[in-house]
Amino acid sequence: MEPADELLNDQASLELDADPMRLNMGPSHPAMHGTIRMVMDLDGENLVNLDVQPGYLHRGFEKSCERGTWAQVFPYADRLNYVSPMLNNVGWSLAVEKLLGIEVPERCQYYRVVLGELSRIADHFTCNGASAMELGAFTPFLWLLKVRDWVWDILERETGARMTHSFGRIGGMAAPPTPNFKDDVRQLIPELFKVVKETEIMLLRNRIFLDRMQGVGVLTKEQALSYGCTGPVARSTGIPYDVRKDHPYLVYDRFDFDVPIGEDGDNWDRFMVRLEEIRQSIRIIEQALEQMPDDGPVNVDDPRIVYPDKQDVYTTIEATIAHFKLVMEGLRVPKGEVYSFTEGGNGELGFHIVSDGSGTPYRVRVRPPCWYNLAAAREMLLGGMIADIIPTFGSVNMIGGECDR
Amino acid sequence: MSQAALDRLSAQFGERILETSDAFGEHEATFAAKDWVEAARFLKDDDDLQMDHFIDLTAIDYPERASARFDVTLMVRSSVNSQRIRLRTQVKDAEKLGTLSDIWLGANWAEREVFDMFGIEFQDHPDLRRILLYEEFIGHPLRKDYPIDKAQPLVPYREVTDITKLPPFGIEEGQPFARIDWEARLAGGDHQVSPAIGVQQGQRRTLSDSEAAQQIQARIDARMAAEAASPADTAEEDSGE
Repeated sequence: MEPADELLNDQASLELDADPMRLNMGPSHPAMHGTIRMVMDLDGENLVNLDVQPGYLHRGFEKSCERGTWAQVFPYADRLNYVSPMLNNVGWSLAVEKLLGIEVPERCQYYRVVLGELSRIADHFTCNGASAMELGAFTPFLWLLKVRDWVWDILERETGARMTHSFGRIGGMAAPPTPNFKDDVRQLIPELFKVVKETEIMLLRNRIFLDRMQGVGVLTKEQALSYGCTGPVARSTGIPYDVRKDHPYLVYDRFDFDVPIGEDGDNWDRFMVRLEEIRQSIRIIEQALEQMPDDGPVNVDDPRIVYPDKQDVYTTIEATIAHFKLVMEGLRVPKGEVYSFTEGGNGELGFHIVSDGSGTPYRVRVRPPCWYNLAAAREMLLGGMIADIIPTFGSVNMIGGECDR
Repeated sequence: MSQAALDRLSAQFGERILETSDAFGEHEATFAAKDWVEAARFLKDDDDLQMDHFIDLTAIDYPERASARFDVTLMVRSSVNSQRIRLRTQVKDAEKLGTLSDIWLGANWAEREVFDMFGIEFQDHPDLRRILLYEEFIGHPLRKDYPIDKAQPLVPYREVTDITKLPPFGIEEGQPFARIDWEARLAGGDHQVSPAIGVQQGQRRTLSDSEAAQQIQARIDARMAAEAASPADTAEEDSGE
């Protein structure tokens, strides 16, 4: 035996430390998109304990809503899930309209559906693209973000802003569809299909991608229900819950579309559910464009709720006063309490609002889908390896603006 | 939302349901705070209801109400028959409510948020820490009596109270999280950051609200005294411009 070997045999201290190592990840960390902090105990590379600490993007959304008018919530709502702001705008509109007891004209309902589904596509493209990028596949990320910007180009033409549109209004939308709206969207649809196909070709038979995604970050159906997961995270575990199907709002009951579900609840299923949902959203858009009336009003005909035409504001005294009252005092929402929920990019986006009959919300509670999905992330990550945090956290798609509010 | 679920609940609890509502098609039952956990457990365990999908738990503050200050609402859904229901209870200030975190795991974070924002404590909650705000934050911002424009002194680093809350960096490391105190810098003082975070310059304790306010007030007084002592200088400067 060599002297060096004897030395090794004597020294048991050369063994690795048996105590778990504490590691602090985030809040500012390239893989923690959004700002979130994870404190973890590591045994070698395995996670033995984990504390997820959100809140670094908290800016008091619910408190801020309590001091403005009902209409002034739209810009805040934009910044909840800033990847698909139109879905939040529509969610807030629907909540206040439910309390007011009004329903927007049919043309507006279709318009909201199409814009919302375009936002959902952008949301899913971003999430899947980022998941792929974090595993080293940079090309799919660039390709998906390229199409996302094509989607946002359409939204920009419609609303005037690329991301934070503030385009929803109580009782309608800020503007009617542009004349080229339907043609623009129809031209984009083949491109969307093409990129979804390309993504599949690039990723779905990539050995590295499969190994990092399949069987990693598993969430069971029972856990998903108990944690309150919704959206793609819940559907990947086999829960066929989609607000658009279960509690149809707007005109979703008129469309023929499927709710994709997974089986294992791992990263792979979440990725595939999102990919399939892009296809289903395109199906909805195609049908909605077919059924959407080309003319007709977009806003409800009620001067107590909807802003008067700008031309009239500058030329007639009635419209000037109506505009002044709506802006300064805000529209009066009858006393009551309501919970209105829609399918956001990440799941059930609920607005629980309380009105005391004045022009200001008494209490606004957002049920952010990310919040409960993130709470379940601990379950997905524990027992896994530290490298698995990257794809798992990516596929949960935590959006800081929505989670921390 | 579902009438059937509300009927089942009424059949089980009878008089103990204080109030029911179906406004806007949302079915809701109000319970006393002492029945809160039992009612929630029944929703989860009953064979007809099977409300296994946690949706949301939140609170609403009514400071002027005489009976009890807070409303706490719970929304759950059944994945089996897609029924939904909302439970409501009223909680007095500083009264403890039973936790639901052992019935639905999602209630853990929801209750932590309600505790953080409203200060309602939950009995037997496994981990009742603040979640969105930091430990040193004073007050509960979603209470109606918390002013919306209230500022709190910046906390330069977190005190280590338990092992899960390691400070991100030591006291001497890193950049101070503050704007530069130009007044002190121009006067050649030692403390070149604002008094609220002046603790980073050596003191190891954070300043309380009142201490920070006192320091700021002292600074303002000193400046006003200096201006009063030399009015001629400022007048000359103004005329010169």
